[in-house]
Amino acid sequence: MSNEELGKQEYNITIYTENQVGLLNRIAIIFTRRKINIDSLNTSPSEIESIHRFNIVITESEEVVRKLTRQIEKQVEVLKVYYHTNEDVIWQELALYKVSTDIIAEKVSVERLLRENGARAVVIRKDYTVFETTGHREETDNLISILQPYGLIEFVRSARVAIIKDSEGFNSKLREFERLEPGEEVIENEYLNKGSKVFTM
Amino acid sequence: MEVAQQEILTETATKATTKVSGSVALLEALIAEGVDTIFGYPGGAIMPIYDALYDYNDKLNHILVRHEQGGTHAGQGYARTSGKVGVVFATSGPGATNLVTGLADAQIDSTPLVCITGQVFAHLLGTDAFQETDVINITTPVTKWNYQVTDANEIPEVIAKAFYIAKSGRPGPVLIDITKNAQIQLFDYEGYTKCEHIRSYRPKPIVRPQYIEQAAALINQAKKPFILFGQGILLGTAEQEFKAFVEKSGIPAAWTVLGAGAIPTDHPLNVGMLGMHGNYGPNVLTNECDVLIAIGMRFDDRVTGRLDKYAKQAKVIHLDIDPAEIDKNVKTTVPVWGDCKETLPLLTALVEEKQHTEWLAKFKEYTRQETEAVIEKELNPQTGEMTMGEVIKQLNDLTGGEAVIVTDVGQHQMVACRYAQFNKTRSNVTSGGLGTMGFALPAAIGAKYGAQDRTVVAIIGDGGFQMTCQELGTIMQSGVDVKIIILNNRFLGMVRQWQELFNDRRYSFVDIQSPDFVALAAAYRIPGKRIDERADLQGALKEMLDNKGSFLLEVMVTKENNVFPMVPQGCSVSEIRLK
Repeated sequence: MSNEELGKQEYNITIYTENQVGLLNRIAIIFTRRKINIDSLNTSPSEIESIHRFNIVITESEEVVRKLTRQIEKQVEVLKVYYHTNEDVIWQELALYKVSTDIIAEKVSVERLLRENGARAVVIRKDYTVFETTGHREETDNLISILQPYGLIEFVRSARVAIIKDSEGFNSKLREFERLEPGEEVIENEYLNKGSKVFTM
Repeated sequence: MEVAQQEILTETATKATTKVSGSVALLEALIAEGVDTIFGYPGGAIMPIYDALYDYNDKLNHILVRHEQGGTHAGQGYARTSGKVGVVFATSGPGATNLVTGLADAQIDSTPLVCITGQVFAHLLGTDAFQETDVINITTPVTKWNYQVTDANEIPEVIAKAFYIAKSGRPGPVLIDITKNAQIQLFDYEGYTKCEHIRSYRPKPIVRPQYIEQAAALINQAKKPFILFGQGILLGTAEQEFKAFVEKSGIPAAWTVLGAGAIPTDHPLNVGMLGMHGNYGPNVLTNECDVLIAIGMRFDDRVTGRLDKYAKQAKVIHLDIDPAEIDKNVKTTVPVWGDCKETLPLLTALVEEKQHTEWLAKFKEYTRQETEAVIEKELNPQTGEMTMGEVIKQLNDLTGGEAVIVTDVGQHQMVACRYAQFNKTRSNVTSGGLGTMGFALPAAIGAKYGAQDRTVVAIIGDGGFQMTCQELGTIMQSGVDVKIIILNNRFLGMVRQWQELFNDRRYSFVDIQSPDFVALAAAYRIPGKRIDERADLQGALKEMLDNKGSFLLEVMVTKENNVFPMVPQGCSVSEIRLK
């Protein structure tokens, strides 16, 4: 059965955590124990000092995702977990492409290529050039197929980072599944002791 | 005098810090947490802690176990009977990996443990040093929290966190791995402060009155309400609150294996045990009730049987401290988040005082059928070899239901849970979720240390006993008083039962041979007796209970007896079989 038939789709899981050695493993095994593949994982410091933000992408049904987020939130060093469908977020992946400067300069209209793909050159040397673009998977894939005939030397793509569309973001999301949430009245920065610095996007 | 003490304390607090080793700081932390007993085994990487322990002999009672797994089970037994945190010491490498089974058992059965493991010097981490193993990553899936200490300065705070996490909210095991250099390192010790808050950790959800109200409304309208209760009541010390709720609402209540004893076995509203080998009525009537009230239990598959045919007709109210349990297995109509010690009294206040006489009579009718088909011949057989059930019944008669019963895993466990009488809470110590054979003997040792004024009886099968029988050495050396009953059916009985029922009696590797258990006990200077005649049973049990100190009684029981009723795997609870 296809993912659609099973009610599966991509979900973006956002996790706020303490910055603690070993926590990545603790979170990862919640997925691997259930044989769920992590499609993409990004972890980096959040806007708050000492708090990290994970973005994890998996393809699963909402029921499974909800149970997973509960298990993740149960971990001692996890502050808060949210999940969103792709429609609820703006997301980007960054990609770098290394090509031979000789070939690319000779055979391609570089200016047009950059413009059409929203790309820019980050390094230009005699022997090679590195382009960079950000976008959805199809877009970064598309530039691979464009550059492939011109001797793509190396390619790398980052994990996905996602930001919540709704300007009230987390707050309204929290209220939405308030029924299923344990908190009485969820205060945005309940755990962060940082006043209004968090989630004010 | 109080003032004088206060002054001394203030003086101590303002006094300049003293230099102590990480090991001393650890032991001071344990004392500050009220620890009196440690189960452990020394080794190279934990030697500085054991060296410090040498001077703490008067404050900390260290029990030398014979295998680290035994140490964890003893810690579990201690925690279950005392309600306190069990503490275990082990060295690095194999010492630490031997803890894994006990940690997994404690994790699935929500037992508070703090395990301290030694680790190689910090500068040797990752070098494949002697007895180095990646304990943190090995134990991550089976601990509530774990942490590696490489600097002694961290010890007071980390140990405080360990105890707080282990015992708060839904309890669980915590492992702290301390590198040898941190154990030796001298640092400025500023005293010990207990942990009461971790910003990222919410031990229990906030109680929400609207769910209490919704739950009460459902209960008040119900014609056939049914309570399922689990260990959450014991862990939350909510036995009184639970009794008040049951008695006011008049609702029949059935227990999970770990919930046994939350109310006495003979309470008129206690209708019996749930699950695969539970009682007939509670299983069948789960699929007839109109409101199912689950309290501090997690709908384990051994309780629910086939989920898509489980209580589909009922509205479900689930009281639990762990938000991840709500809707995990069974969809909830009203989720009552919170500690049942807080939520139950609120619910009791809103429910109407009732008696569900007709509904309760249905349970009684099923009990009658079960008694006729199963219980009577199990407890009072007139001919043939002895049954496990009659041993338990005779034991009940002699202890009056006051003893702590520690069981292993398998047929004897199900029989003991079904038939043992529990007058008091914290009387049934068993490996529920993990089903760890070998649990009972070491757990009984710990159970006795956790409840020194109570009689502790370990009931063990001939298979499980052989998994951890080296702990007889612990009993010998510590002098702990544990009564051991081996129910010997010369088979790995539960697997044999399944092979008989589902694999055409193809008895594949279940005919286990045993040593002379009485001689084995004698080798450890523990008196014992073996009986195979019904006429000797009562006298032998009496001799065991009257003996000063430990005693091993081996009872030869019928070889191919099956535990019934039984909900076969993959079947609905209402398809429970009486034979």
